[in-house]
Amino acid sequence: MRAMSVKSKSGKLSGFSERTSDIILVVICTVVLFLVAYPLYYVLIASVSDPYDVYAGKTFLLPSQFTLEGYRAVFAEPQILTGLFNSFKYTIIGTVFSVVVLYLTAYPLSVKGLPGRKFLSIFFIITMYFGGGMVPTYLIVKHTGLINNMWALFLPGGVAVGNMIIVRNFFENSIPKEMTEAAQIDGASKWKTFIQIVVPLSRSIMAVMVVFSMVAYWNDWFTSLIYLPSPERAPLPLVLRNILIKSSASASQASTISGGFAELNKMTEMIKFSSIIIAALPMLVIYPFVQKYFEKGFMAGAVKG
Amino acid sequence: MSKNKSKTAAAVMTQRPLKKRIMDNWQLYAMLAVPVLLTIVYKYIPMYGIQIAFRDYKASKGFTGSEWVGFEWFLRFFSAPTFWRMIKNTVLLSLFSLLWSFPIPIILALLLNQMRFHRFKRVTQTVLYAPHFISTMVICGMIRIFLSPSGGLINLIAGTSIDFLTESAAFRTIYIASGIWQDAGWGIIIYMATLANIDTSLYEAAKVDGASLFQRICHIDIPGLTSIMVLNLIMSAGSLMNVGFEKVWLLQTDLNKATSDVISVYVYQQGIENAKYSYSTAVGLFNTVINVILLILVNKMAGRISDETSFI
Repeated sequence: MRAMSVKSKSGKLSGFSERTSDIILVVICTVVLFLVAYPLYYVLIASVSDPYDVYAGKTFLLPSQFTLEGYRAVFAEPQILTGLFNSFKYTIIGTVFSVVVLYLTAYPLSVKGLPGRKFLSIFFIITMYFGGGMVPTYLIVKHTGLINNMWALFLPGGVAVGNMIIVRNFFENSIPKEMTEAAQIDGASKWKTFIQIVVPLSRSIMAVMVVFSMVAYWNDWFTSLIYLPSPERAPLPLVLRNILIKSSASASQASTISGGFAELNKMTEMIKFSSIIIAALPMLVIYPFVQKYFEKGFMAGAVKG
Repeated sequence: MSKNKSKTAAAVMTQRPLKKRIMDNWQLYAMLAVPVLLTIVYKYIPMYGIQIAFRDYKASKGFTGSEWVGFEWFLRFFSAPTFWRMIKNTVLLSLFSLLWSFPIPIILALLLNQMRFHRFKRVTQTVLYAPHFISTMVICGMIRIFLSPSGGLINLIAGTSIDFLTESAAFRTIYIASGIWQDAGWGIIIYMATLANIDTSLYEAAKVDGASLFQRICHIDIPGLTSIMVLNLIMSAGSLMNVGFEKVWLLQTDLNKATSDVISVYVYQQGIENAKYSYSTAVGLFNTVINVILLILVNKMAGRISDETSFI
């Protein structure tokens, strides 16, 4: 820290009180960092420790009796494997579909002078504030034959309007008009301009939208709960519901009856920790890559949203 | 909207007849076909379907063919034995959530903005965002594990064996604290972005004048954030009756229902689990109407406080 403070530009100017306030800031931030990171760290070390040691409180800082048994058990569970496979499938197809729909909506709405542009924008934005509610939407999904069909996860969501506004504003503000105009003078069609100029120039915002969509589909379970009732179509989080939510209720009852963790099902307890890591890790690895674009994107969306 | 630019563009375009302009842009309209269709089918038709709240919906007769029953479902809901409990729980849960989770991202953003060690600042931001990217299901799984009476982290630290999820007095605290853990970090983005636009020469001038860190925050940063703070507050107050379904449903147990029974869970249970379509729609509509009234009220009040923040 000290070396860094010397390096930092305004550090030279600062007197004693500046240094004190720096220290206070670092201390507060460290405490906050610890509070946010520790629960995740605890689950991580518990997932590679002996469950009896976890339950005896021996794994606060480091794993105890290192073992990968929990992960082996997770990958031996056919239900979880199906869930994992479904989640990957839904995430990939859903992300491609959503980002394509997002772009197809945002680009025309960003073209100034398109007749009806304002009306169309309002047409989409209204759905951000008003909706039919759970049951009427469910009935339409049922009516269109999507129950137990993977597309029930993608189609009813339609256009993610909040993201659409961010992308539209990006097109309006960050793609030089000279380029699209020049292309059209050269005889390129609107579609060609979109594919050959707008899409390649908007890679940064596309990366953010891809990550947002991936996270939404990977983490979603409520839509599947309603629209995909058959168990072999459940995505990973819904499969984990049986392990994390339902079993914990029965486990806590069992332990109160037997008065301890002697009756604990060792395997179930191990699977809990390792399955949390497996469900959370893919998205935690991905988002830092596009983190630097978050603030820009949000600002663009907030200014005009 | 940047009015000047669009005006000049519109001026150039209007020189040609409307029909020609529409024909010129047919490819753009074609791009919009799928999004518009999806939005009509899955957003606007369900809005039209809200009328089943006033009908006795039968699948065979459809939205408009089912018998008209007026306000019967609403009256039934008002006389439900748990009606007042649900209203109270919904309002209190979101009110307390708002009171606790509104100021925390602002404070964090103000602190991080003043952090001069850039690598440390970046690492902190990355870690703070992390919980936002985790599924509610996983979060609730973690909550259940940490709060488990035997071997749960909280009980291990405190040396007790309390089953927190069966205590209705603990439910709100669990819900709110985990909500802050998950989303306070993500909430700082909008404030950080606003703070990044503050002219740095203001800080330099304040330093020359001998202003301390605390004074700089109070007199430069907080005034800069006021309008976005008010805007955020309006948005949150407008959804005061919108307690998310997912977390409550996953954390609800038979024993904590005295505080965890909320409208959104009831809508799900009645509508999807019990297939009482009309009744559930009526309950949902009641909830939406209250939200809209709140939104308009708060927007009016905020308009009085500052002119730039009316957003409807």
